[in-house]
Amino acid sequence: MEVGLKKKENMGFEETELRLGLPGNAVSAATEEVVRKRGFSETDTDDETAAVDLMLNLSSKEPTTGADPTDKHNNLRKEKTLLPADPAKPPAKAQVVGWPPVRSFRKNMLAVQKSVGEESEKNRSPNPSFVKVSMDGAPYLRKVDLKMYKSYRELSDSLGNMFSSFTIGNCESQGMKDFMNESKLMDLLNSSDYVPTYEDKDGDWMLVGDVPWEMFVESCKRLRIMKGKEAIGLGLAPRAMAKSKNRS
Amino acid sequence: MNCFPDEVMEHIFDYVTSQRDRNAMSLVCKNWHRLERCNRKSVFIGNCYSISPERVIERFPELKSLALKGKPHFAYFNLFPPGWGGFVYPWIEALAKNKVDLEELRLKRMVVTDECLELLSRSFMNFKCLVLVACEGFTTVGLAAIAANCRFLNELDLQEKEVDDPKGQWLSCFPDSSSLVSLNFACLQGEINLGALESLVARSPNLKSLRLNHTVPLSALQRILRQAPQLVDLGIGSFIHVPNSETYTKLKNTIIKCKSITSLSGFFEVAPHCLSAIYPICMNLTALDLSYARIQSRALIKLLRHCGKLQRLWIMDCIGDTGLGVVASTCKDLQELRVFRSAFIDRNDPLGVSEKGLVEISMGCPKLHSLIYFCQRMTNAALITVARNCPNFMCFRLWIFDPVKPDPDTMQPLDEGFGAIVQSCRQLRQLSLSGQLTDRVFLYIGVYAEQLEMLSIACAGESDKAMLYVLNGCKKLRKLKIRNSPFGDTALLMDIEKYETMRSLWMSSCNVTIGACKALAEKMPRLNVEIFNENEKVDCSVDDGKKVKKLYVYRTLAGRRKDAPEHVWSL
Repeated sequence: MEVGLKKKENMGFEETELRLGLPGNAVSAATEEVVRKRGFSETDTDDETAAVDLMLNLSSKEPTTGADPTDKHNNLRKEKTLLPADPAKPPAKAQVVGWPPVRSFRKNMLAVQKSVGEESEKNRSPNPSFVKVSMDGAPYLRKVDLKMYKSYRELSDSLGNMFSSFTIGNCESQGMKDFMNESKLMDLLNSSDYVPTYEDKDGDWMLVGDVPWEMFVESCKRLRIMKGKEAIGLGLAPRAMAKSKNRS
Repeated sequence: MNCFPDEVMEHIFDYVTSQRDRNAMSLVCKNWHRLERCNRKSVFIGNCYSISPERVIERFPELKSLALKGKPHFAYFNLFPPGWGGFVYPWIEALAKNKVDLEELRLKRMVVTDECLELLSRSFMNFKCLVLVACEGFTTVGLAAIAANCRFLNELDLQEKEVDDPKGQWLSCFPDSSSLVSLNFACLQGEINLGALESLVARSPNLKSLRLNHTVPLSALQRILRQAPQLVDLGIGSFIHVPNSETYTKLKNTIIKCKSITSLSGFFEVAPHCLSAIYPICMNLTALDLSYARIQSRALIKLLRHCGKLQRLWIMDCIGDTGLGVVASTCKDLQELRVFRSAFIDRNDPLGVSEKGLVEISMGCPKLHSLIYFCQRMTNAALITVARNCPNFMCFRLWIFDPVKPDPDTMQPLDEGFGAIVQSCRQLRQLSLSGQLTDRVFLYIGVYAEQLEMLSIACAGESDKAMLYVLNGCKKLRKLKIRNSPFGDTALLMDIEKYETMRSLWMSSCNVTIGACKALAEKMPRLNVEIFNENEKVDCSVDDGKKVKKLYVYRTLAGRRKDAPEHVWSL
């Protein structure tokens, strides 16, 4: 690969360095350009060319050759003593604010994600409370861990998703949306065919939604999404309708 | 000089769209200058304070598309005080007052208020395209105005906007017949009205690009994709679902039909088991942005094995060196790679990528020309190998977690490694360095980096000579950004005319004094010299010998700006 060395007059690096280094020198643009190329030519001596070329051709051997810049570039060292170099050390890591440079937008997005992630990890409780969920008419049952959810709404979201393909008639898209919307839960009992019920510790079949969530999780043994007609038979539906009238 | 009549010249000029070429053309002769300016439809202003809106409007009477940048790039890292500036209102006001037939407005790092958006939406009948990248100051109220009043809107693209309010009604404000081609609200934090979104997608037959925010669940995504299988660019919001659920199965079946998707992004929440749903479209992908997706390396690797045509990959460093090895063997067409730090919040996490991953990429992907790489370590040998394997780099930005870390194998500075990069990559335009670096690397840069336009330096160099090598050598330098480096007044004042050839200079936590800044401002009236120091009010009586915390110098034809806040001292 061409290294692009332009062989100009062979001037010592020190001399060019003097021009660059001293403050207040009126250096014309043209001279500056020549100065740059002269600085370049410092590496143009035979040794330096070899070093520069070597850098591109070597692979793992490089560290050893690269480790000898001081030998090959004596001129550099010389000019260091000539000039008033600023010996400021690079700041310690602790002092550099905002490193590595991460955009604040990215930081905020990931911070939000992290808190959400941590929450969901906490939700994976050590004592899961799996209960069977059946829906009338569905070919098979499902199981859910009640401790994964924090509210009736989350539970109904999840159940809705699980059973959405089984619902016929009223409970396709619009119906499912209502099912998932807590505020419309009571309306659902009037409009659609399905009633969510559960069996509690005493073996009684109860309507979902009456007791506080935590109490429900403690007492629920299994869930059943009943068809409305059956619910009427159990005496649940009229009670539900009465309740919904009171609440709305 | 002109053999052709004006109409012919204009017709030829129409083929030239690049801003740089246009600018060059306007300098050929007075006639070309006149023709070019009357013919130019699209103008890009890299620094909104470099010129006044009135001058732009006067020079380009046919202006239809304007792109403006406000704060410089360093503003991303909270180095700029709040309220610094970059207000777009004066521009919109001027454009409206002069009855410019504005069709497109692209803003980056500017302050855009709801008032601006409302004025914009009412003033330009043919307005089509609004792109706001990392802008602040507006809410969904402004967006609603845009949606409602811009009847011909075909592109609304919001990126990296931090603040939001949760009102989600703006989506309902789009007209009944929507001409939307591109809608990107991925960065908004608030809930949106899913029904309105689905309805909008259903009535936007031209929609090609849609990027959702993290509140859009997988179930809604499925419904949207069913309506819009013609999408080319998709940004997924949330990608979590109960495994083997019905919705998930539906999604899988819907995605298979989306054969046009070539660009995928988002994944703000993702469950690894859901990723298999997108395997069928991976082979068509040319761009993949997983930079917000917290996925473990194993799942990422499985996904990436399907992506043989990838040209652009943005990913987090949880992919690891092994994952990068898989990318290297799978994505032979890769041109742009960005590897972001994933665990910066938890500094104890030792995982990430190292020089090994980069070397493998360089061996497998010779077309690579653009790189952002956050890594825990880097060696000279690796950089030299990369330089040899990928001579086409135009953008090379590398950050090591410890900004002054030497080559861990040899304990040497990384001068030789970066020197090899600039020497081999003759087309290099953007360079960001890190690691332990002496003046020597700057000598290499000054000598070899002839095309360099943007240079970003942090904790590097030993003396003023380093900065001077760069200022002397890089003739095409436009933006120089320096922080925490030992450069002082000598370097700053050596070649002050150079700064008029550049867009801007930023120096923070260096050794520059107030006196030197004052001298610079005095000698160069066409430079604005601003110094600031967090939120402290400017104290003009302070001693000239005091060091400046933050210095921002930029060329301007508009004079000192009048909207600078109290804590910005315009010299």
